[in-house]
Amino acid sequence: MCGGSCPLAFAMEYTPRHSIYLLKEGLLDQVLKSNTLWLCVSCYNCTSRCPSGLKITDVLFPALRDAAMSAGHTLPAEFKKALDNTYRYGNSFGEAPRKRMDWARGAGVPVPIISQLKRPVEALWLVECYPAYHPRNQLQAQAMARVLHSMGVDFAVLGPEERCVGDCERLSGEAGLFESLVEKNIALFDKYEYDEIVTADPHAFNSLTRIYPDATGRQFPVRHYVEFLAARMDALRPLLGNRIEARVTYHDNCCLGRMSGLYESPRELLRAIPGISLVEMPFTRENALCCGGGGGGMWLDTVIWQAAHERLSDRRVAHALSTGADILAVSCPFEASRFEDALKSTGNEGKIVVKDIVELLDESAGTRGGMPA
Amino acid sequence: MSTSGQDVWVYVEHLKGEVLGHTYELLGKGREVAGALGGRLVAVLAGSAVQPLASTLGVADSVLCIEDAGLAEFTPEGHGAVLRALAEKDPPRLMLFGATSAGMDLAALTSATMGIPLVVNCKEIGIEDDRVVVTSQMCGGKLLGEVETGGNMVALTVLPGAFPSQKGLSDRAPTVQNLPSPVPLEGVRTRVTRLLEPEAGDVDITRAPVLIAVGRGIQRQDNLPLAEELAGLLGGAVCASRPVIDQGWLPLTRQVGKSGMVVKPKFYLALGISGASEHVEGMKDSELTIAVNSDPRAPIFDVADYGVAADMFDVLPILTEELRARKPSAP
Amino acid sequence: MNIAVLLSMVPDLVEELEIAPSGVALDTQWLRYLLSESDDHALEQALLLKERYGGKVTALALDRGEAEEALYTALARGADEAVKLTGIPEEGWGKRAAAAVVGAVLKESAPDLILTGVQAIDDMDGHMAGALAGILGLPFVGVTRSVDAPGAGKVLVQKEYPGGMAAEIEVDLPAVIGVLSAPQPPRYVPVARIREARKTRTISEREAPSVAAPEGLVIRRLFKPEPAERAEMLDGTPEEMARQIVTILENRGLVR
Repeated sequence: MCGGSCPLAFAMEYTPRHSIYLLKEGLLDQVLKSNTLWLCVSCYNCTSRCPSGLKITDVLFPALRDAAMSAGHTLPAEFKKALDNTYRYGNSFGEAPRKRMDWARGAGVPVPIISQLKRPVEALWLVECYPAYHPRNQLQAQAMARVLHSMGVDFAVLGPEERCVGDCERLSGEAGLFESLVEKNIALFDKYEYDEIVTADPHAFNSLTRIYPDATGRQFPVRHYVEFLAARMDALRPLLGNRIEARVTYHDNCCLGRMSGLYESPRELLRAIPGISLVEMPFTRENALCCGGGGGGMWLDTVIWQAAHERLSDRRVAHALSTGADILAVSCPFEASRFEDALKSTGNEGKIVVKDIVELLDESAGTRGGMPA
Repeated sequence: MSTSGQDVWVYVEHLKGEVLGHTYELLGKGREVAGALGGRLVAVLAGSAVQPLASTLGVADSVLCIEDAGLAEFTPEGHGAVLRALAEKDPPRLMLFGATSAGMDLAALTSATMGIPLVVNCKEIGIEDDRVVVTSQMCGGKLLGEVETGGNMVALTVLPGAFPSQKGLSDRAPTVQNLPSPVPLEGVRTRVTRLLEPEAGDVDITRAPVLIAVGRGIQRQDNLPLAEELAGLLGGAVCASRPVIDQGWLPLTRQVGKSGMVVKPKFYLALGISGASEHVEGMKDSELTIAVNSDPRAPIFDVADYGVAADMFDVLPILTEELRARKPSAP
Repeated sequence: MNIAVLLSMVPDLVEELEIAPSGVALDTQWLRYLLSESDDHALEQALLLKERYGGKVTALALDRGEAEEALYTALARGADEAVKLTGIPEEGWGKRAAAAVVGAVLKESAPDLILTGVQAIDDMDGHMAGALAGILGLPFVGVTRSVDAPGAGKVLVQKEYPGGMAAEIEVDLPAVIGVLSAPQPPRYVPVARIREARKTRTISEREAPSVAAPEGLVIRRLFKPEPAERAEMLDGTPEEMARQIVTILENRGLVR
């Protein structure tokens, strides 16, 4: 089942199923030398469909990558750099921790840092690395700040202290790096008082709900913003004054979808925006195609391109375009830039607009004073 | 070393029977500095059968030409021993080296063996009264240090491109002083066994001083020769942003960006590149960036030093023509 | 073969550099240090030689910034010993002075081969490799892209020149080599190994011998170049704009 489910199996020297067979035969080296282990983007398709319940995404691929690293295999340069950066700076970009709050300058509303507030808050917002540093995703973080602010949510961020949660590093096979991130993050979470953690990053959500508890024996009160906001619809709905007359199609990302079954909250948020009509694209919910950025995929783009001559995001925007929608709505920070790039590289620039759900909420609430594109 | 004269020495770098272009930049600046100090400009030319090269060094007041079979190929040890013996006999005020493969080896070694100060990667050399004041570039150009050197002999390495080479060129025939090696070279512990030509395979864009970068605006693979020609005139290479590589028009080794190579050339010409962050991460530390893009709001103009908001196909052919006309060797 | 690799920590440019109030040094409040890039390659080169021909690799670092992290990482990557040179004043030490200190230490331990990066981004008054060779009176080649040891008592290096040219040079040992790059990129070491090294290995400390600070240079000021704003837009006809580009290139010495 896994071999048939994997969207990149066609480019792998051995499909996941074939790899498992080789490993059973004791042919680890053969697998490590193949391109297979670098082509997994942690979409969890195989995991969710495996009849034997094997943890192919969470266990097998990270273990293979770990083995390759430990055996001193030369790693793809961009991948290595991202891991080095995360170890040194706490983010894969290699940006200064001091610059982690730079995005907030464009928010137009106060973004309190919890260490400066010196009091408990309702929601500790884990901004995570892409929204903090990537120019495209900074727009999403700014929109999120405005929406939380105008809803009157008592929130704060960690600011320069924040470090990557480490989901992609874990799935990249860097167990030691993940372990050190867990240690540092737990210490940070314990330092402050808050009712719950909210994040816009489904990957952070994935690790915090499923992996951190395993590693530490503790539960963390974490929600992705789609759930957090959907639960506060009473406070949100009155704000959504601006109509957005558009056909919108929503891309189910892997961590919220297949891994957590959160299919309704994002759609509920979109339907709450006046003027929006929701259309579904081919392959939705548990069958949605991955954008190709997870589990280190963001840093393996070149390797994957060389093997596949296609990016999953290219295929996915074609699904979205086939609906005739005006807007492709997303809820994962990897997706906005990946889908925008894919529209350009497939010659479809301008044919559909990519927006994070929270950006659409921000527009409708007029917190930015803007009208829809 | 307690006393030194006011002369300025330039170490002449040559490879395969040709003087390196950078040497003329040193000679041009050396001429000016020697004038201000009231000393002579001396070109030091060491090698085997190198006298014919002296005729191109007419800007210097004299050429010290040291020929010995043991100097045929450059070794820091052999050439350093000669330089040291000459400088101890007739100490100059300044020794100028290129901040190049040979120059930096020789300068570092000579400074340590002679116990004289050295300032590396100079991009400015000035004389204030009798003091030599230089500006050294550090941290990839993010930091500059202004350094005053004492009254005695000092060695400098000079960044390529810091000074124009035109001032180092002259038709005048120089005074050549031929000398045997002042030191025996049989005991040198480093020996060049062979010269290696560039390996077959693609150019290494991380080492090219000039990069002509093309983006989606190049439109068709057929248009690439326009960029290749310009690169040839400037001694550089052609590279590209991801969309061009994805099309298969250039090999992956030419891709600049986060998912490609990170480059820091002296000059980066961005043609038809919008400046997505993926690309900018790979080139933002270039020393000089000029961008040509028809969209005046393209983000590439946020990182470029100079911008041209025009169609690259309107500007590129004229630019190539202008540069070709300036080539000294052009017919 | 006993190989010593000298590791220098240099300012991390990820942090904005600030000048100290004195005007002649960097403000160290926010400054972080990381291993100099070509030293990282020198370490890789040393490990490749050890793997191929055996021997022992000792990593040395002047105690500055995150030198310990660099030394533990070196151990995790395969170095046999790590030595931290302590007692070096933070300010007022350039490369010549550092080379004098390290030279005194290496004179004692007398390794067969000394590898270090050919340059570092904070070089101003010299380059470490060449300076060490001069102080120790050893043969020296810098700007290498590979070091091999096919015969006893010597190494065979490739020294790189512009345009992809290189010279193959035989160097008698003991010698100092200034590494530009190793034949392969520095290997990745999983963080678990570094954490393991921190628990199980030790770094020996050695008090730096006192040497007289060299004289002859006075740093007047450190300064940052004018920050680049948005591009200066050229205007005019395409002809005029092309000519302006040519003038810019000529002024920078880029027209050949």
